[in-house]
Amino acid sequence: MTIDSVRGVPDTPEPAEPELVQLLTPEGERVEHPDYPLDLSAEEVRDLYRDLVIVRRLDLESVALTRQGEVGLWPSLLGQEAAQIGSGRALSENDMVFPTYREHGVAWCRGVDHLNMIGLFRGVSHGGWDPTEHNFHLYTVVIGSQTLHATGYAMGVQRDGVLGTPSAAATIAYFGDGATSQGDVHESFVFATVFNAPIVFFCQNNQWAISEPLEKQSRIPLYRRAQGYGFPGLRVDGNDVFACLAVTRKALENARTGQGPTLIEAFTYRMGAHTTTDDPTRYRLKAEEEAWKLKDPIERVKAYLVRNDLAETGFFEKVEDEAKQMGRELRDGCLSMPDPGPLAMFENVYAEPHPLMTEEQEQFAAYLASFEEESR
Amino acid sequence: MTTLTLGKAMNEGLRKAMENDPKVLVMGEDVGKLGGVFRITDGLQKDFGEERVIDTPLAESGIVGTAIGLALRGYRPVVEIQFDGFVFPAADQIITQLAKLRMRSLGSLELPVVVRIPWGGGIGAVEHHSESPEAYFTHTAGLRVVACSNPLDAFAMIQQAIASPDPVIFFEPKRRYWDKAEVDVESAPADWAPLHEARVVQPGEHATVLAYGPSVKTCLEAAAAAAEEGRSLEVIDLRSLNPLDIGTVVDSVNRTGRCVVVHEAPVFSGFGAELAARITERCFYRLESPVLRVGGFSAPYPPSRNEDHYLPDLDRILDAVDRTFAW
Ligand SMILES: Cc1ncc(C[n+]2csc(CCOP(=O)(O)OP(=O)(O)O)c2C)c(N)n1
Ligand SMILES: [Mg+2]
Repeated sequence: MTIDSVRGVPDTPEPAEPELVQLLTPEGERVEHPDYPLDLSAEEVRDLYRDLVIVRRLDLESVALTRQGEVGLWPSLLGQEAAQIGSGRALSENDMVFPTYREHGVAWCRGVDHLNMIGLFRGVSHGGWDPTEHNFHLYTVVIGSQTLHATGYAMGVQRDGVLGTPSAAATIAYFGDGATSQGDVHESFVFATVFNAPIVFFCQNNQWAISEPLEKQSRIPLYRRAQGYGFPGLRVDGNDVFACLAVTRKALENARTGQGPTLIEAFTYRMGAHTTTDDPTRYRLKAEEEAWKLKDPIERVKAYLVRNDLAETGFFEKVEDEAKQMGRELRDGCLSMPDPGPLAMFENVYAEPHPLMTEEQEQFAAYLASFEEESR
Repeated sequence: MTTLTLGKAMNEGLRKAMENDPKVLVMGEDVGKLGGVFRITDGLQKDFGEERVIDTPLAESGIVGTAIGLALRGYRPVVEIQFDGFVFPAADQIITQLAKLRMRSLGSLELPVVVRIPWGGGIGAVEHHSESPEAYFTHTAGLRVVACSNPLDAFAMIQQAIASPDPVIFFEPKRRYWDKAEVDVESAPADWAPLHEARVVQPGEHATVLAYGPSVKTCLEAAAAAAEEGRSLEVIDLRSLNPLDIGTVVDSVNRTGRCVVVHEAPVFSGFGAELAARITERCFYRLESPVLRVGGFSAPYPPSRNEDHYLPDLDRILDAVDRTFAW
């Protein structure tokens, strides 16, 4: 680059068109990539397919529950299933995940009951699961904050001296394209690179931050930002579960073996509204959505299974039935979910007893009881 | 007169300010095509262009920091923080820079930046979307802090805030965005009360109730309920928290001898503490009972299923009023 280089379009050595790592085309054709060999058994492919179908079904059911007023709002993962399942299934048990608020598919991979997320958006809790039990941190609503927590966690793993041993753990931080503008995200890149932290930055570029298209956040492809900080960045087809799996596996392995951070930009699309309260018709064209529909993450796996005759008869129906059953169970679980009860507000604010919490809790309990006495 | 929601009145006020002064800019996340998540800036980009209504990158510190720079270059930026809980990434720019540049320049700089914050609870939202951070800002010298409670004030106060040569933190009661009232959109500054003047919204004799923003309506409902039991409450909408129109407050409490302060923010170290202290200092011999405070609890804003318990409601306000009489 020289001082007169065209702004926003870096010249050599980067190619003009960003390279996209892809192992499965939208038509379901397997392609090879020299850096990311991937050998999956038929069963593994079927398992990925099942994951994709189930998380989509749970998501659709969550949207429906929201429309019916049972949940306050829902950030749908529709369209991003492959990015989440691919990266989520690349994780080892020891690895630690720091999600945003949309990673329901990764949560599934970590064994977090989807009802917990429903509880959060229903307004029953602010979190709901024990992050240490699943190595899946709480959802973070404040854009970008979690990337710093992830970096610090990775620095902790580094200090444990376990990198390169069987107890090594990588940390993965999820965030969106919009989040890449936040100071916290830039600072996490700086810390990660300076300390060579064992972390994978997994950016789901779903092209939109609510109503703002990517151009409002960046003049260069997001993955290329990593170069400026001094660590590798690459772009993967975020609708290709194989590619997401292979790329994330490799980046995680690099982290675990002490080779430092990687930025993965999963190029995908938010097929739904930002959340159920959003109205995308105000800011984007139907044609764009239609074009991305053709790149559906699930259809291509199905096509691959069919094309290569890897699914026994009745397999697709079986998965569909199972997903529907899980959707029904989710609905029942949501409808029968107990409210937290007013006095829960004062609990777990501090680790040790706190006089003001105790006082306010007791006063409020007495206040509530006074109504019961009145109505007697 | 036109019937407007509070949200639409905000929109009309912003529009007027932009028409009257080409230096007025609107900036924030999703304020352009979308018109903001609450549609407060709806249509402004279409009418005033992308140079004046700016969809910014997703970075609050960046938004306020660049607004400061634009102000230094003679613009009057009106910044939208999407939700109250997201003002914190910008807190550094607001507290260490925006609030202090005038003083540091010995008065040579003006910082006419307005930071609009859709604020408070009651809409069933997730975490960080229902916060009441006003005390952090009233505690910071150099900032003016105001809160509107109704459509007419929304329309007028936003224009007054934009006209102010000082930085203004402008709190908008988001759960009241859909409340309607008659607004004269042709009215001009001469028709409006000064920005930093409190207003007696319900005259009364037996006790004074102080409120601002979303709590004003709740207090008026409480006053109506109290009236049925023969108790006359005077409700004051503070409108401005810093500077504070303590004169209006003191006049009232000296007459009634009793005072209840209501806000959604936690009571502990909240703005009500400032009010209680000042009233005690100035009305000590007229007070029949201590100033009582009703507000959010000292716990974090709860998951929405509990927010009706957390927010001061009619019963808790009347309970506090009763206690001032039982003293
Ligand atoms: C600090 C902060 N500012 C603003 C918001 C409001 N907000 C929620 S989601 C969002 C857009 C996020 O876009 P992106 O990072 O691309 O993630 P996506 O929602 O597309 O998954 C915004 C502005 C927030 N949650 N936190
Ligand atoms: Mg996005």
